[in-house]
Amino acid sequence: MEWEVVIGLEVHVQLQTQSKIFSGAATAYGAEPNTQACAVDLGLPGVLPVLNADAVRMAVKFGLAVGAEIAPRCVFARKHYFYPDLPKGYQISQYELPIVANGTLDIEVDGQTKTIGITRAHLEEDAGKSIHEGFGDGSGIDLNRAGTPLVEIVSEPDIRSAAEAVAYLKKLHSLVRYLEICDGNMQEGSFRCDANVSIRPKGSDTFGTRTETKNLNSFRFVEKAINHEIERQIDVIESGGEVVQETRLFNTQTGETRAMRSKEEANDYRYFPDPDLLPVVTTESDIIGIRSTMPELPDAKRDRFVEQYALSEYDAGVLTSSRELADYYEQVVEYTGTVNAKLAANWVMGDLAASLNAEGLDIADSKVDAKALAGLVMRIADDTISGKIAKDVFVAMWAGEGDADAIIEAKGLKQITDPDALGKILDEVIASNPAQLEQYRGGKDKLFGYFVGQAMKATKGKANPAEVNRLLKEKLNA
Amino acid sequence: MSFHTLTVAGLADGLASGQFSSRELTQYFLDRIEQHDSALNSYITVTPEQALAAADAADQTRAAGDAGPLTGVPMAHKDIFCTKGVLTTCGSKMLGNFVAPYDATVVRQLAAAGVVMLGKTNMDEFAMGSSNETSYFGPVKNPWGVDAGLVPGGSSGGSVAAVAGGLAPFATGTDTGGSIRQPAALTNLTGLKPTYGRCSRYGMIAFASSLDQAGPITRTAEDAAIVLQAMAGFDPADSTSVDVPVPDYRAGLDAPLAGRKLGLPKEFLAEGLDDGTRAALEAALEIYRQQGAEIVEVSMPNMHLSVPTYYVVAPAEASSNLARYDGVRYGHRAEGVESLEALYKRSRGEGFGREVQRRIMVGTYVLSAGYYDAYYLKAQQVRQLIADDFSRAFEEVDAIIGPTTQGPAFALGEKTDDPVAMYLNDIYTIAANLAGLPALSMPAGLVDGKPVGVQLIGKAFDETGILNLAHQFQSLTDHHVARAEGF
Repeated sequence: MEWEVVIGLEVHVQLQTQSKIFSGAATAYGAEPNTQACAVDLGLPGVLPVLNADAVRMAVKFGLAVGAEIAPRCVFARKHYFYPDLPKGYQISQYELPIVANGTLDIEVDGQTKTIGITRAHLEEDAGKSIHEGFGDGSGIDLNRAGTPLVEIVSEPDIRSAAEAVAYLKKLHSLVRYLEICDGNMQEGSFRCDANVSIRPKGSDTFGTRTETKNLNSFRFVEKAINHEIERQIDVIESGGEVVQETRLFNTQTGETRAMRSKEEANDYRYFPDPDLLPVVTTESDIIGIRSTMPELPDAKRDRFVEQYALSEYDAGVLTSSRELADYYEQVVEYTGTVNAKLAANWVMGDLAASLNAEGLDIADSKVDAKALAGLVMRIADDTISGKIAKDVFVAMWAGEGDADAIIEAKGLKQITDPDALGKILDEVIASNPAQLEQYRGGKDKLFGYFVGQAMKATKGKANPAEVNRLLKEKLNA
Repeated sequence: MSFHTLTVAGLADGLASGQFSSRELTQYFLDRIEQHDSALNSYITVTPEQALAAADAADQTRAAGDAGPLTGVPMAHKDIFCTKGVLTTCGSKMLGNFVAPYDATVVRQLAAAGVVMLGKTNMDEFAMGSSNETSYFGPVKNPWGVDAGLVPGGSSGGSVAAVAGGLAPFATGTDTGGSIRQPAALTNLTGLKPTYGRCSRYGMIAFASSLDQAGPITRTAEDAAIVLQAMAGFDPADSTSVDVPVPDYRAGLDAPLAGRKLGLPKEFLAEGLDDGTRAALEAALEIYRQQGAEIVEVSMPNMHLSVPTYYVVAPAEASSNLARYDGVRYGHRAEGVESLEALYKRSRGEGFGREVQRRIMVGTYVLSAGYYDAYYLKAQQVRQLIADDFSRAFEEVDAIIGPTTQGPAFALGEKTDDPVAMYLNDIYTIAANLAGLPALSMPAGLVDGKPVGVQLIGKAFDETGILNLAHQFQSLTDHHVARAEGF
């Protein structure tokens, strides 16, 4: 039987507010356990939550970016369950009236554009962390994370493969960073995903029973977990079994998922509107104000890059995949001029990207800044050096040996373009290869490349290739 | 000098004129607590060193010329308010060891006004009760019937017993369904529940968040005005507190009543109201008529739904608010448990008393999947109908008047086996909480030697109006002057 995969994703995006969603405690990651938890975060008797207006603005920003409806009135609700890292015995979340509903996000997979529906996005507080190692028979609780603002983004079950799921997540990841509402650090849990996966016979219009795999914190894990879950479900059904609705955990060591709790064990969360918080009212003028603070979004930027810099869709897509990369590229072009935009793009996506990758650096930490890279591009553009020599210059720049001009000067890499100087070198090359000259003149055209190579060798690669070609043709055919 | 027979206003005058110091006053009340509280059990914690230090500080403030009306006046806080560095139990074994690391906003504001805290008063566990019998720290006796074993009412039973017994000039209370007004009525005191949002709830341990409100428990309406002045105000730490200006409550006390319209809901006079209480109410109506006020019969057709509505909404919120008491971070933790589930079950089973457990179960039930719509959602709709009844009435009248309770204080143990009978204690008081309106109970005379009260309910944020009505009543009557024998 042919199976169709149905995937819906719930993504938890940690908002990069200064303080927590309902208290004044700081949100910075990595502090000593329980040093960033105030009375409100600890759930002490008598404390009350006060909503952080920045968290609301960030959620609205996201909603506007995915073309969603912003609720004129949204409500916080309490979601109850007992767990030691949940101090109040309930999580303040949103249930019936979320702040964002009915948005869409376009993804590209195999050159095809597909629209994924976003059912809703709601604000909620994060729980603390339970630490099960290093406490003997007990567990440790760190409440620094308790009360950190999250937006939970719930997709429609529109996703049909692990590859689509990853494309959706990458797009979302890029978007929240563009919006500067999330630092996107997946290792620290700032952006994490639960995957709802089910399968059904191809052509069926009812959904199969789904499982939910929790807390996937890398694109690779999402892909592996979904593919594992698809195979597992197909195996279960094809061997006559039934998929059980349950929550599963992904084991990053084995690449497999395993059952955590079944629906029967699931909590009755007993949601009800939180009486400590007033409904959040967002007016048209609030929305206009927030819209005015929105940056150019990835899709719009990509289209502009194609238009303004005459780049291919592909190049524009790569360069706009993150806001920082796009900004870097535009800084380079500011120095080189739009006429060199394609050359600049090649260098940003080529040697620069490769060096960053090799050292696992972000563009922000690049050892060659935009101005320096532009300096190199300009020396190629004005024929001071060839593209090939430029690669060596770039390596030197990356190693901190100075800017392009200094390195070209110090290493004597300036390209030889003077026809007289080149002419003398070529004459020597021709003179010292009489046999080849004879064969060439006898009709063996392919030997032209041999002479070019000899010329480059003689100049240690500094000869201007175009000039070498022109002069060689004159001399050989004379 | 019998300081305990003076009102807050009287003490303020004496302090201002230098007749006595705060230290003298404070020592006097500490001595009275020492002497009488074994009979009443009105305090859970007494803080003598802290009180005397605060009294000395108040005397210095006064010497420096910075005193206000409450500077140096001793008082007691209901043990539901968090007090920094002082045991804050909420009447529960669950918090029997909990020392609050911060002050409630109301506590902070009163401290800023210069009051001297004598200690923390007994109360029904987590404010759930109408007789102060659910306290982990034992029942409180009503000064009006110590030997007869009369209850002081609840849940602010310790606060009223302390004030009525002369063990504090005034006390704070909280009122979720009548917990200030009902005990005030049963002990011949004036108790005011302000408009929801008038006083901050920050640091006041939550029972039912949408109903809870702090207020003063005093002998007179004038004292209530003085104390409310310091308690009221917007608090950015409480999202449900309301940012409306706080008027000068004392300035409004003397307004004449001629032409004032008081609504008497006919539903308040239905069966269940005892004859003595009815007679006391009618006598009060007569006083108001003599003042030129008009008594108008109004109808509150949904009033009979108050108690059932309340007993859905309040337990629902309580079941949620009390979820944090899990034995993990503070409070009672069961010993020798072997699993997380056992830690929860045993800590909560041991830490909470029966009434609290009953309400948690009711609240959990009405919020559970499949029952939410039928109970919680329906109750919220009825709550709106009850609020609408008031809005309609307030189109015609300036305030509502009625009984505070069906009758005077009952005996310890009389209603403990019948939760529903106990719940009916609050039949007249609950509606004001559901509608968020200010309401006050004032002494209206004795029935068989036991006090009963009359209740005034005002428009939202019209504390001034009901304080004015009560003060005028008290300037023509002396019910509020009557004291329990031996106190």
